[in-house]
Amino acid sequence: MKRTEALEAVYGQLKRHIVVTIMGAVAVELQALGHQDNFFYLQHGMGLAPSVGLGIALSRPAHKVIVLDGDGSLLMNLGGLTTLARYRPKNLVHVVFDNESLLSVGGFPTATATGSDLAAIAAGAGVPHTQRAHTLKDFKAAFEQALARNELTTLVVKVEDTGPASFVTDLTLLENRFQFKRHLETLTS
Amino acid sequence: MPVSVKHSESIFQSLKRCGIQIASALPETWLVHLIRMLEDDPQITLVRLAKEEEGVGISVGAHLAGVPSVMLMQNHGFLASVNGIVSVAQLYRIPLLMLISQRGQFGERDPWQTEGGGVTEHVLRALRVPYETLKNPTQVARTIEQAQTLANAALRPVAVLLSRELMWEDE
Repeated sequence: MKRTEALEAVYGQLKRHIVVTIMGAVAVELQALGHQDNFFYLQHGMGLAPSVGLGIALSRPAHKVIVLDGDGSLLMNLGGLTTLARYRPKNLVHVVFDNESLLSVGGFPTATATGSDLAAIAAGAGVPHTQRAHTLKDFKAAFEQALARNELTTLVVKVEDTGPASFVTDLTLLENRFQFKRHLETLTS
Repeated sequence: MPVSVKHSESIFQSLKRCGIQIASALPETWLVHLIRMLEDDPQITLVRLAKEEEGVGISVGAHLAGVPSVMLMQNHGFLASVNGIVSVAQLYRIPLLMLISQRGQFGERDPWQTEGGGVTEHVLRALRVPYETLKNPTQVARTIEQAQTLANAALRPVAVLLSRELMWEDE
């Protein structure tokens, strides 16, 4: 499956929740589907998207936070999984698009290409629910279950190593940051 | 352990006055009492980190969600956080309040702490992070509150260095 297909399949749900993405293809492809004020694209600081998500989830426990991560980013902060698992926010869903590649810098294979299993690492870190999806149908079902579960879930989705032609979009980083913060301010509790 | 309980308490009270609701930290000898006080406070969520850079992400998330936070670490933890400070907190104009124990100054007995003390202020200056070294116990509340005020006005990271004079009571 392509990551764009996976994003499109759950876009309806993403629209209704707080979403934090990593940089690169995920950010560009989600914006192409339609940017919303409740989407924050962490356009650098690789590895820190789950940490940003944890900070939001702890601050806004009544709202679901969906973190759209990637294998290259997550591999830079595996210790962050242990922190996520320690506080196991019930309102956080951690999706990892695993294309086994550092796509945006030229497609260098990551350690998941040589056998490292991020779902097993997350489970070993103590994340209460971990799942893998290889098909679009499985991903959609697993994502919906994760949203409904009310318990921290890491969902690792195997996707093709294809992405957009360009990684720069019209939305400036600060515009997104202030817009997103304003949006969170409008939420009750 | 001759870490000052009294001065840890005044730092804790200052953070309370600043409205801090989330504190992220990695255990460090000078910070043990302070971390325990934060953990025991029902109004504060203490996030124990695996590595300090995660704390930048947590403070960024907390700020975007409207919650004041603080990062507590020793200077080696600050050095481990530099990329997060630059590529998230500075890039996205986040008022990040950092309390950093300044190990490796005069009086340091632990050989492994001696390099970090020499470079910390240089790195802070290179990053253009405003900082003050806190030595005088009577200045704790003023310094921490003013650090937070500047961070919020500038939308940038700010650091308070916690000195040996403040944190350590020699036997």
